[in-house]
Order: sequence, then C-alpha cells, then structure tokens
Amino acid sequence: MRTTALNNVPITYTSNEQVEVYRFSIPVTIGVPLLALFLQAFVPLRFSRFAVYVDLPLLVTIFFAMARRSPIAGLFTGAFIGLAQDMLGHNPIGIYGISKTIVGYGASSLGVKLDVENAGARFLVTLGFYLIHSAVYFTVARGMVNMAQTWSWLHGLLAGLANAVIGVFLYFILDRFKQRT
Amino acid sequence: MESVLGRYRNLIILVGVLFLQILGLAMQVKRGTSSSEEKDTRLIRIWAVGAISPFERGLVWLRNGTGNIWHNYFYLRGVRAENRQLKEQIEQMRLEQVRLTEDATQAHRLQILLAFKEQYISKTVAAQVIGSSGSDLSRVIYIDKGENSGIKRDMAVITAEGVVGKVLLVYPNEAQVLLISDQSSGVGAILEKSRLQGVIRGTPNGEVVLEKVMSDEQVPSGETVLTSGGDRIFPKGMPIGTVTKVGPGKDLFLNIKIKPAADLSRLEEVLVLLEKQERQPVAEDNVRVRAADILAQRLPSVPDKPAGDPNAPPSAIPGATKPISAPATGITGGTTGVSAQRTSPTTGTTTAPAQKTSVSGVPATKPANAVSPQQGINRGTTPVPLRPPVTSTTTTTPVTTPKPKILEDPLAPKPEGGQPEGTKPEGAKPEPPIIEQRPAAEQKPATPATVPPNSQPPNEDNRPQ
Repeated sequence: MRTTALNNVPITYTSNEQVEVYRFSIPVTIGVPLLALFLQAFVPLRFSRFAVYVDLPLLVTIFFAMARRSPIAGLFTGAFIGLAQDMLGHNPIGIYGISKTIVGYGASSLGVKLDVENAGARFLVTLGFYLIHSAVYFTVARGMVNMAQTWSWLHGLLAGLANAVIGVFLYFILDRFKQRT
Repeated sequence: MESVLGRYRNLIILVGVLFLQILGLAMQVKRGTSSSEEKDTRLIRIWAVGAISPFERGLVWLRNGTGNIWHNYFYLRGVRAENRQLKEQIEQMRLEQVRLTEDATQAHRLQILLAFKEQYISKTVAAQVIGSSGSDLSRVIYIDKGENSGIKRDMAVITAEGVVGKVLLVYPNEAQVLLISDQSSGVGAILEKSRLQGVIRGTPNGEVVLEKVMSDEQVPSGETVLTSGGDRIFPKGMPIGTVTKVGPGKDLFLNIKIKPAADLSRLEEVLVLLEKQERQPVAEDNVRVRAADILAQRLPSVPDKPAGDPNAPPSAIPGATKPISAPATGITGGTTGVSAQRTSPTTGTTTAPAQKTSVSGVPATKPANAVSPQQGINRGTTPVPLRPPVTSTTTTTPVTTPKPKILEDPLAPKPEGGQPEGTKPEGAKPEPPIIEQRPAAEQKPATPATVPPNSQPPNEDNRPQ
C-alpha cells in the first residue's frame, strides 16, 4: 500500500489521487448533529413512519466519519451522537452509543481506504452501515438489555435503502460545510 | 510495546470506548435473578457475582462436604428421639395450618369487602406534545408540562379518545411519557362485554396486543378494551382500544391485536391525570328490589295499620306492609329502612315529592302506599284510582271496622273506594265509592301465591258497585 506524507493519509485503493481530509467549523460540528436529533424527534410526531425507516443521526455520523477520515474522530462522533440519541429514549443509555461508535469507526476507516465522494459509493456505504448499525443494535438490545427484538431482513433492507437515498442527498448538502485542512 | 500501541492505537481506543459504554450500559440495565422475576439487580452486579461466585461456591461445597460426612454418617446421637419429637410437632402444626388457612381466607374476603374503593378522575392538566424519542424502538413522547405543573412519575396520560400512556420521567418543565405501544409498557385491561382480563403491551413493531387471555376464551373482533384499574395507574373503565384480530398465541394464550382508541401516531394534546379520588361505592337502592317491595308499591290502597290494633289480621307478607306503613308512622330504621328509602322519593315522604304529588291533587301527607296514576304508568302496572287524602293523624286513630283482605288480592281496588277506614273520622258519612275504569280482563284480580287454591276468589260482593 502506497502512503503519502500529506496529512498522513494513505492513497485510496480506488483512486490515484490523494484523499483529502476535511474539517468542520465548531457550529457545524455541534449544530448539525443536534439538528439531526431534533428532526429525528420532531418529524415522527407528524409522520410516524419516519422513525421506523429513517435514522438521521446515523447519516450524520457516517458523513462526519467519512469526511474526517480519522477513526478516532469517527468513533467519538458516533459515540456522542449515539449517546445523545439514547438520552431521548427510555431504553438504557448506550445501545445507540455502542452501535454508532462502531459505525463511526468503520465509516472513517473505510473513508481512509476508499473514495467515498461519489454518489454510488455513498449509497452503498450508507446501506451497508445501516445494516451493521441495526445488527449491532439488535445484538446489544437483545443480548445485553434483554429487549424483545425481532430481526427482519425485509425491514432492514427497506430502511437501509431509504436511508441510503436520503443520505446521498443529505451528504451533498452537508458537503457545503466542508473545510479543507 | 510502543510500536504495538502505536500500530493498534485506533483499535485500542475503539475497544476502550466500547468497553466504557458497555460498562455504563451494564450499570443501568437491571435483570431479574434466577430466584425472582422482578428486575431488581443491575447487570454489572450479575456479571461481578457471576465472576466471583464460582470460587465461593467451590469453597463452600468443600467445607460442607467434609462437615456433612461427619454429621450424616458418624455423629447420629439422639436422632431417633428428635425424629419422634419432630413428627409430633408436624401433626400439631398441620392442625394449626388448617385453622390459619381458614382465618386467612376469611381475612382476605373481609379485606376485599372493606378495602374496595372506586377511583374517579378529579384533577387533570392538559399538555402539548413537543417531541418524541425519534426511534421506533423507544416509543416515548415529550410533553411541555413537568414537575412545576404537578406532574409526577407514573401518572396516567390520556386523551379524550382513550389511554395514551404513563409518565416515565419528569423534568421541571417537561415530562417523558411512555406510550402503551412501547414494548416495555403494561396496562391492566378488561374486555368490555366478556369481562376477560389481560395485560396490554406493545410489540417491537409498534402494535398493541392484549396478553394473558386464555386460548379457550371467545374474544370477538370489535370488542372494546377498557382499563381494569389493576395497575393502580389508570382508573378503571377508560377506553384503551378495540380488538382487531384474534389468533392463537404462545403458551395457551390468545394473541389479540388492539387498535388503540387514541391515535398514538398523531398526538398533539394530552391530559395528565394528576389526582384520582377514591370513594367508597354507594349502594344503589334500585339494584336489588325485593319482590315484596314491588308488591307493596303496586298495592293501590293498603290501609295504614294502626299501632296495637288487636283486630288487625295477621300479615302473610310482612315485607309488603312494612315499607308502606313505615313513612307514615315515622319508622325509618331497622329492616324497613331500605324500603322506606326507596319508596320515599316516589311516594311523598320527603318534601319535594310531596309537593309534586300535591300538584296532582294529593296532599303531601298522603301515605306511602298511595300510588299516583303517573306511578302506575311508569311501573307498567294497571292504573288504579287514587284514594282520598289521608292525613298522618289518622294513622293513630283506632279502627274498629274490619280490615280489607288485602293479602288475598293485593292488586284489587279498595272495597271502600280506596279510603282506609282509619281515615274516616268517627261519625263521618261514608264517601261515595270510586268506580274503576278497568277493562274487564284487568278487573279480574290476580291471585297471589299465598292464597290457597281452594280459597275463594276476591270477593266481588265486597266491592261497592
């Protein structure tokens, strides 16, 4: 694997160009996850199916993790967003935290290896991480918290596709807030 | 070592963060131990105990093993005598147990009788729904009222349509409400018609089901489900929803799907029940009506029985005469009290009904046995002529004339035109009889069950024509 000295980021497997690492301003770093959490809590009051199929905090986690391309930053982003999401519910705090920590770590690690700037890659990455997120959540909720959970591949795929479609559009909007390092 | 840490730095941090979160989660999650179903033990304690206890168990097993060998196989002095003594003790305790069981059953019965109370909603506060958990795995909503508005944990939350959930967490100005569609919720429920009881629970996919109804029961679709009040959170009788689908479930129970009465997906305003008032249920007088009381009310004209009248015929139906004479003679207690209470509102023993009857021409002092035409219509009985006014003073007037045979024909009109003898002042002229306007079929009096078969039918000759 070839590496470059610039930003200590290796060249991706899919591109010969150097992978760019982005950073975000503090208002964006704090405001976007909070907005996602707010929308996630508010929209289901009008559209009850929204909470079933869409996970905006997960999309934000994946975006920040992929853009920063730092596994540590990614896992902490996922941990904070996940724990905040846990606090909105009544289940024990940490289920979403663990799930999104793993997703944040994975997305940022993948962002280092792959070029995830195009829509197709983003679609597939989001779909895959949604399924990973659901699987981790299911495992922790059922195995540790002893919640009655049922796994449904159909629901997982449908929700994953919905999140992937929304994610592609959302990422292009959030791309405007990127700042080059 | 440093190279290893540096090489796997990201992974180590990931594992560290995950470990901390798992530890934090384990400190929150409560599990039931093997001996109890209640979730009262934190998971981290279970893990800690699970890690330590095998060693402790091994040590104890070793110690007990050596001790048991000595006590069970070598040191058996006085065992026979002790065994005999224990058997005697068992016999005594069995007798004691029988007595205590009876006492416990009686105490339980009395507890139910004495502690039975009904709950009423006495105070509510309206709140606006301002948010949700945003997760389909945690069906909670947030309302804009909290501790400052008097909201406390476990208060019931309802809408006009039905039950919504209960307050889970309370903040100063907000509160978190657990919906009945959440899988961790539970509401005591009862089916409106069949009166089968169960527990309302949510499912992971947000449906509401009624659990704990045996599969051999018949539950029709569309039946209303109400709160049973058994959870001590929701008052009894509040609508929860309607049965939409009934199918076989697990463990000999039915799987009953419920459509919630309140639209849980479109909640905007809710009511939080701040106070429930408990009252003793008031016995309804009209629930249990004795046949004798009905008979007494339907009697058109039963003369007031003077006190100490030696010529009065023996009464075969004491219940029929007691409630009638009670209001006029001022007897309100004892066994006649119930009858007097029930008859008083309609027969003018209280002020208001007395005024009402006086409008129709009957003075307020009309005795209880007087039945107005309105009463006759309402009760579905044959209208009977009213007797002339009877004053209360006449009840104490000695009567020398023979009493009518009311027990032979309680529904027959009065022989003397409906006026009891006691109302006649001495030396007064006999009043003209009142002619009945009954149809011929109705004029044939009904024979009460107390009349022997060979007895004469009501004496037509006694009737003034």
